[in-house]
Amino acid sequence: MIIVNGKESELPAGETLAAALERLEIPLEGRGIAVAVDGEVVPRAQWPSFALSEHARVEVLGAMQGG
Amino acid sequence: MADAISKRSPGAAGALAHNGAGPAGDPLTLAGRTLHSRLIMGSGGFASLTLLAEAIAAGGSEVVTVALRRIEPGARGSLIDVLAEAGVELLPNTAGCHTARDAVLTARLAREAFASDWIKLEVIGDEDTLLPDAPELLRAAEELIDEGFLVLPYTTDDPVLARRLVDLGCAAVMPLGAPIGSGMGIRNPYNIALLREAVEVPVVLDAGIGTASDAALAMELGCDAVMVASAISRAQDPVRMAAAMRAAVHAGRLARTAGRIPRRLYASPSTQDEGLPDLR
Repeated sequence: MIIVNGKESELPAGETLAAALERLEIPLEGRGIAVAVDGEVVPRAQWPSFALSEHARVEVLGAMQGG
Repeated sequence: MADAISKRSPGAAGALAHNGAGPAGDPLTLAGRTLHSRLIMGSGGFASLTLLAEAIAAGGSEVVTVALRRIEPGARGSLIDVLAEAGVELLPNTAGCHTARDAVLTARLAREAFASDWIKLEVIGDEDTLLPDAPELLRAAEELIDEGFLVLPYTTDDPVLARRLVDLGCAAVMPLGAPIGSGMGIRNPYNIALLREAVEVPVVLDAGIGTASDAALAMELGCDAVMVASAISRAQDPVRMAAAMRAAVHAGRLARTAGRIPRRLYASPSTQDEGLPDLR
């Protein structure tokens, strides 16, 4: 089971990060977005090729108002 | 206050008034960038993005902080768009991090998200006071500096800790005046004055500002800039308060570079006695 932002997802193992983001309706060219998988940053350039493992924990973060 | 007994001249924080008297003030070099506004604004707490944009315009800030949080499906980067439209530099923070490890990872994510090496490093050690966790802060700062970040740590008003952070290579220090969001002003102005003298990098008073006079005091104590978040965003009229902060920061900076008179217990006449008529 792949976890995205703390929630179980329907994503199949082996799916690329880019495909996963597309399912989440996150535009790949969107500014101010960063992704970590299993506690490591995955640079934007690797999103199209980065394959998610069966138990991947994906964090998709974006800019939010904050002090 | 402490400025009267300062070991250094008031000019320690920058050049004197000949280039500081203009309406825009004297520029500040902060972590490699030249700024003409010494008011840094937080983007948090505004009721709407429109209000945020209006407050930024009224405050004249060139640097605005942003946080990173999980995004919801379908979310769009409207905050980023608003800040880009305002033409401000983003200062990403690590708000909400409680360990060096979390803060370092958040900083790396911020670098990826915002293509900026700036990071306002916050490592919180206590939920009720949101005071910084000094050992974790030092650990995170060291690691991030190794990775090439320009680190601006949110720290206590402890001059020794500030020096340790600068020794590690921090680009500036951001001491608190009082706990985040407390609006208590600068509770220990003497420590801020000491801290100012303890380090050579820019000092940005962060946290605790409640109203304009607090911001002016920070600048009079020698801080190079003031960071204001809640005091603007949670004011009854945030746009008006942003304008007040802008004026206060400017006035405080002018007063600092003008060099205030020393405090004295007894009166000192400003009108000379010579030529006083005999009216008996």
